[in-house]
Amino acid sequence: MKICYYPGCTLKTKAKDMDVTARLCAKTLGVEMEEIENWQCCGAVYPMGTDEIATKLSAVRALDYAKHNGGKLLTLCSACHNVIKRANEDMKTNEDMRLRANNYMKLDQPYGGETEVLHYLEMLKNVVGFDTIKKAVVKPLNRKVGAYYGCLLLRPSGVMAFDNPENPTIIEDFIRAIGGTPVVYPFRNECCGAYVALKNSELPKQKSKKVLESAKEKGAEEVITACPLCLYNLQVNGGGILPVKYFTELLAEALGVQA
Amino acid sequence: MTREEYVESIKAISGTDVRKCMKCGKCSGRCPAFKDMDIKPHQFVTLLGQGKIDVLLESKAIWNCLSCMACVERCPRGVAPAAVVEAVRDTVVRMQGKNGIKAEDIPPIVDELIPQQLLVSAYRKYNK
Repeated sequence: MKICYYPGCTLKTKAKDMDVTARLCAKTLGVEMEEIENWQCCGAVYPMGTDEIATKLSAVRALDYAKHNGGKLLTLCSACHNVIKRANEDMKTNEDMRLRANNYMKLDQPYGGETEVLHYLEMLKNVVGFDTIKKAVVKPLNRKVGAYYGCLLLRPSGVMAFDNPENPTIIEDFIRAIGGTPVVYPFRNECCGAYVALKNSELPKQKSKKVLESAKEKGAEEVITACPLCLYNLQVNGGGILPVKYFTELLAEALGVQA
Repeated sequence: MTREEYVESIKAISGTDVRKCMKCGKCSGRCPAFKDMDIKPHQFVTLLGQGKIDVLLESKAIWNCLSCMACVERCPRGVAPAAVVEAVRDTVVRMQGKNGIKAEDIPPIVDELIPQQLLVSAYRKYNK
């Protein structure tokens, strides 16, 4: 099957590894990720201000494109997923936002949140199925992996509806499917320090270190994430306590896909 | 704008009803940046409700909030403290010369690994 795909700015540059491995793995699993035309950067953070309209329009444009091209929009970067899903919720439920955005964009047909936003992990779980992935594995991981959820995939849970925000399991199920042993540790859904890295790098240093120490203490040999900023903070500000990889890199390894 | 207009504007931008707060403190208890917040998340909600915005507009906390949504997630009353912090920060950075980061300060701290996502998100949060 074909599905519209929104890569985002970082997946085209510093996080190419995640983009390339995700596409190859999807292909192996029978899903073709079709990059949408002329996508624009989502802005990387969801603007919470109720009067922030223009800053959400790139997300709405991507959503409208997907509406006319299969009705689903696949995301991979946690930040893009958070921004696009929350902007979509605004278009669905916030009349003021819907009116202003549509007035501005002058689409042939107004957009009202019709597109379904799907994260790659949700696609693996609900479209492909972890059982199918299990059968496709040629090189089981056979090591202990800590899932790092961070904030963006989970919160606010009322909108994201990704998993239980306090006790998520989807990445652990994913790790099991590719033959690894998931390590559950207390700080897996704590913030890494995010964009504050540019303003006050001490804060991400403390936060990221705590995440990795927590994972190591519970026996993890490495940590996986879906967010390029989490990866950066954990790797650079986390003090090199554990190796950190994109979850798609482990999927590629298990499926025997060469990037 | 008058002070009262600023108070009303911040309330409107936040989109959250601070009157619903029952002062349980769960938001601040869950805040991962607690130590770096000179004004704590629950105080943002309370002070905005009281119209005491001067202390909020001057706070360091607006630069240290991670927008991680932990406070929003845990609030039993559906208040969004993070949205109050953001509304105050938006109000500050929309003022002339009040941006949180300067472009000329960026190159020295950029290393080879910095993802575009970090630069874009920090600029979205700290500058207008």
